[in-house]
Amino acid sequence: MRTYILRRLLQAIPLLLGVSAVTFLVLKLAPGDFLNTMAENPGISAETIDSLRHRFGLDRPWWVQYGLYLRNVFLHFDFGESFSRHQPVFTVLREGLGNTLLLAGAAALVTWCLAIPLGVLAAVRQFSWVDKTLSVLSFMWLSIPEVLSGLLLLFLAARTGWLPVGGMHSLEWDQLDLAGKAVDLLRHIALPALVVGLIPLAGRMRQMRANLLDVLRLDYVTTARAKGLDERHVVFKHALRNAINPLITLFGFTLGSLVSGSFIAEVIFAWPGLGRITLDALLAKDQYLVMGSVLMAATVLVAGNLIADLLLAIADPRIAYE
Amino acid sequence: MSERTGAAPPRSPWLLFWRQFRKSQLGVVGGALLALLYGLAALAPFIAPYSQEEMDRARFFHPPQGLHWIDGAHRFHLVPFVRPTTLVDASNLAYREDPARLLPLRLFVRGARYRLLGLLPADRHLYGVDPPGRIYLLGADGFGRDVVSRLLYGAQISLTVGLVGIAISFTIGLLLGGVSGYFGGWVDVLIMRSTELLLTIPGLYLIVALRTMFPTNLPSQQVYLGIVAILSLIGWAGLARIIRGIVLSIRSLEYVAAAEALGMGRLRIVTRHILPNTMSFVIVAATIAVPGFILGEVFLSFLGVGVQEPSASWGNMLNQARSLRVLTSFPWLLFAPGLAIFVTVMAFNFFGDGLRDALDPRKVMGGRSA
Repeated sequence: MRTYILRRLLQAIPLLLGVSAVTFLVLKLAPGDFLNTMAENPGISAETIDSLRHRFGLDRPWWVQYGLYLRNVFLHFDFGESFSRHQPVFTVLREGLGNTLLLAGAAALVTWCLAIPLGVLAAVRQFSWVDKTLSVLSFMWLSIPEVLSGLLLLFLAARTGWLPVGGMHSLEWDQLDLAGKAVDLLRHIALPALVVGLIPLAGRMRQMRANLLDVLRLDYVTTARAKGLDERHVVFKHALRNAINPLITLFGFTLGSLVSGSFIAEVIFAWPGLGRITLDALLAKDQYLVMGSVLMAATVLVAGNLIADLLLAIADPRIAYE
Repeated sequence: MSERTGAAPPRSPWLLFWRQFRKSQLGVVGGALLALLYGLAALAPFIAPYSQEEMDRARFFHPPQGLHWIDGAHRFHLVPFVRPTTLVDASNLAYREDPARLLPLRLFVRGARYRLLGLLPADRHLYGVDPPGRIYLLGADGFGRDVVSRLLYGAQISLTVGLVGIAISFTIGLLLGGVSGYFGGWVDVLIMRSTELLLTIPGLYLIVALRTMFPTNLPSQQVYLGIVAILSLIGWAGLARIIRGIVLSIRSLEYVAAAEALGMGRLRIVTRHILPNTMSFVIVAATIAVPGFILGEVFLSFLGVGVQEPSASWGNMLNQARSLRVLTSFPWLLFAPGLAIFVTVMAFNFFGDGLRDALDPRKVMGGRSA
């Protein structure tokens, strides 16, 4: 197992190198850079621009820039400096990634707390009106893109005033005690988490239903029933555990899609996560910040896939990695 | 083993397909909806009462008008009418209907000139009211432009992005996936590593990053092409991997060996003999993938880096609803494009599901499920 993890980690290095190269190339193909925008400001002299250009290394050929970037990342774990925020990229991204992962975690909680009970309900009452309603609803839900569900929730929040319409903290955050802070954060995260968490809901619910139906047909379930166990016991104690297994592995894969999925929710609800930072950085042509955030997002995706495979091995003893 | 006696006459694959497809009610509904939507988009200049750019500075954020049949004196009118409005509160942009007057709906009215389907010059519009009155069945946006007209013109962009994008990305995906699976070796390694690279960057990050390669203030047509190029560049990777898997299993079949023995070129074997066998899968996958492209355009335009004003697209119509004031005071700017997107995506999902059932090779040809 340990060699397997090590091998996967080693495989990830060329992949992430490739990602950084592609991102760098894309940024270099884009017309203009951060300093061009700055140069349009009459209050900033040409000498300042030139000295900044030299300081950021933007006056060198692109392959030198890329080489220097890689050297700094590998030797000093230095991801460069953000032009627009005047902060080290790593500092900006650490905070953003934390916020995004917090959102992704909350979203995952929303998905699983709804998908598993609903899936079980649909399976236990197969072909009943509950099952049919759920299947029609999930089919329709699949057709509502995040942009819409996000704006719809924003609309409801703004109309009713029940929940804050954006941001992560209230203005009086600093004066709140710990419990107050928790409630405040919960109120702010509720809507974006709902938006992100509801996307995979329909799919997960259908999977849970199918898994449980498969397991309920197995011999050991028949045996349990034949022993005279009541149905609730059979479903929850015997069948459910085996039916949940395949879903656990999906959790890791979802991590990557959650990071991507929270992009839109972050923009709509002004959640200060990686997606918002990336978008702002792109619009400002903040080269190293974009590089860093795309790399960060890709790393989360790779890590998520690895976690998925490891969870698979833990959940299913028939799978062994060498 | 009697010779052909009693055997049913051979049936064309299209007929078999149609018999299967017809059974899926939702699939048929989805297909009909799509035909309707694309029809509306094609005839947009005729159906829309105004052009997409026509502003009215006196009617910013005009609310949707209802069609009435019964007037203030309880008289019934066969031809429905709308009531003209006046601005009563300029700071809140509140309008009041004038119950005394009415503007009857007219069919085939003269209006802005256009070319139908890009060819026929015309100036008749399906419906309208006598000028100087205006009709806003779904309301007006912040520039006093008719939302119905913008939805219809926007459909031309939003709906075709999906089809063009699919055509490009699936051609790339099929070809590279087929070549990768059939040739193997370093070609395979190279193609598969590139797909991994593309799939490693979370989709929306990659889309936005690629978008910066083009300047923001390009003319609409170039932005449109840019969006299609970006979405296609990303979209082929997943398909190529699946096609490669299918090709690997087909490659070992006898008829491929036969084609090789006959001395056919390798690329020809891939394109003429192997890839056609993946078609039923590809058609279904393509149908289900179209909404992804449509939403890609919506996403970019929503962020303000896609299709630029004054051209309409469903994404940049939603962009107006990003401001809280617009969202709460003028919600039709969210609901009109939102509903259009929702219906389109759902129609594609229904249609794709029906196609999948009808094209499933595990079903016995001739109508009965296995």
